[in-house]
Amino acid sequence: MVAATIDKAQVHEWLAEVLDPEVPALSIVDLGIVREVEVSAADVVTVTLTPTYSGCPATEVIETSVTEALNSRGIGNVCIKRVLSPPWTTDWITAEGREKLRRYGIAPPSPSLTIACPQCESLNTERVSEFGSTACKASWRCCDCLEPFEYFKCL
Amino acid sequence: MKTDEALLAYTLRLADNALILSQRMVELVAAEPELEEELANANFALDFIGQARMLYTRAGELEGLGRSEDDLAFTRDEHEFRNLLLLEQPNGHFGDALVRQFLFEAFYVHLLDALTRCSDKGLSEIAARAIKEVKYHFRHNSLWLLRLGDGTELSHERVQQSLDDAWRYTGEMFVADEIDAVVQDQFDGPDLVEIQKLWRRDVENTVREATLKLPEDQWMASGGKQGQHSEHLGFLLAEMQYLQRSFPGATW
Repeated sequence: MVAATIDKAQVHEWLAEVLDPEVPALSIVDLGIVREVEVSAADVVTVTLTPTYSGCPATEVIETSVTEALNSRGIGNVCIKRVLSPPWTTDWITAEGREKLRRYGIAPPSPSLTIACPQCESLNTERVSEFGSTACKASWRCCDCLEPFEYFKCL
Repeated sequence: MKTDEALLAYTLRLADNALILSQRMVELVAAEPELEEELANANFALDFIGQARMLYTRAGELEGLGRSEDDLAFTRDEHEFRNLLLLEQPNGHFGDALVRQFLFEAFYVHLLDALTRCSDKGLSEIAARAIKEVKYHFRHNSLWLLRLGDGTELSHERVQQSLDDAWRYTGEMFVADEIDAVVQDQFDGPDLVEIQKLWRRDVENTVREATLKLPEDQWMASGGKQGQHSEHLGFLLAEMQYLQRSFPGATW
């Protein structure tokens, strides 16, 4: 019987360093798209990921980055699994992820109709466009500090 | 018809719908009247491409011949496509494209909702992912219909014409054939009679609120679901498939 020599918790830590290419403030763990990590007895690491939006062009890039990140740590045998269920929503973004978004200048998803400006925290803000540079964001502006900002939409 | 054949054919229809509509929307990229709509259209088209990819991949698994999403999208001929006629119609003006999407998505939202409860896990999972996107497309398109219908005299007149022109392509969505019947009976799939009622209710509400008139019952075109297309699909495919047809297997 051969036992696995790779520590699952360690793999998790390494995954927490893989960034979302479209919102590089967030790691894929913050984003909540890492569903499972398994280490087999033969040291094959299987990482189960879920896509955010169906057509998110970052999906493939993220899968490659995960393989590369683990390869660079000496894990030769990486297997990426893609699952759809349960579907990802913005509720999967961790509390830490939300704080990182705000510090990066993107208002985190909120069920409320008033969105706080990530720069000055004013609630006197308005939506410029429901759509933004990526499928997951809308364009807003702060009426107090006058800074434009992006809002990570609730999905 | 065997149940596995019907499921494959059904999945391909859904995939073709998503791909052909997204291709039409891609034609509008960089041609929208304002920036917000430009972003909305591109984002929505991307959602449909993503859905098409998942559906083609699933169809490839069901088929079991090793065909990939790309093989199914780029190397099938016109008569092998099973999308609705409505979706292959040319974009026309802004109102025409809007009405086409509005009428389809009013149907697609309810179809996906029913599919989330079907017994084929592959389809139900894709439907659960896709419905979240299609719901906000529909909300967005409904708002535009209100704005155009209840806008100026000219916008009202033109979008009414768009609605009248597109109407004849809506009947096909609800005509169940053997494939629909097998998926409904064997996989707890959608009941098109029920979906037509929900579609009619939603379309009627928004059309009335937009001060427009619902077109009268009339002759309905059909055949897309069986591979008999209008003259427009061939041109669309010629452009979309050009690269893979000229350089088979090309990658980058």
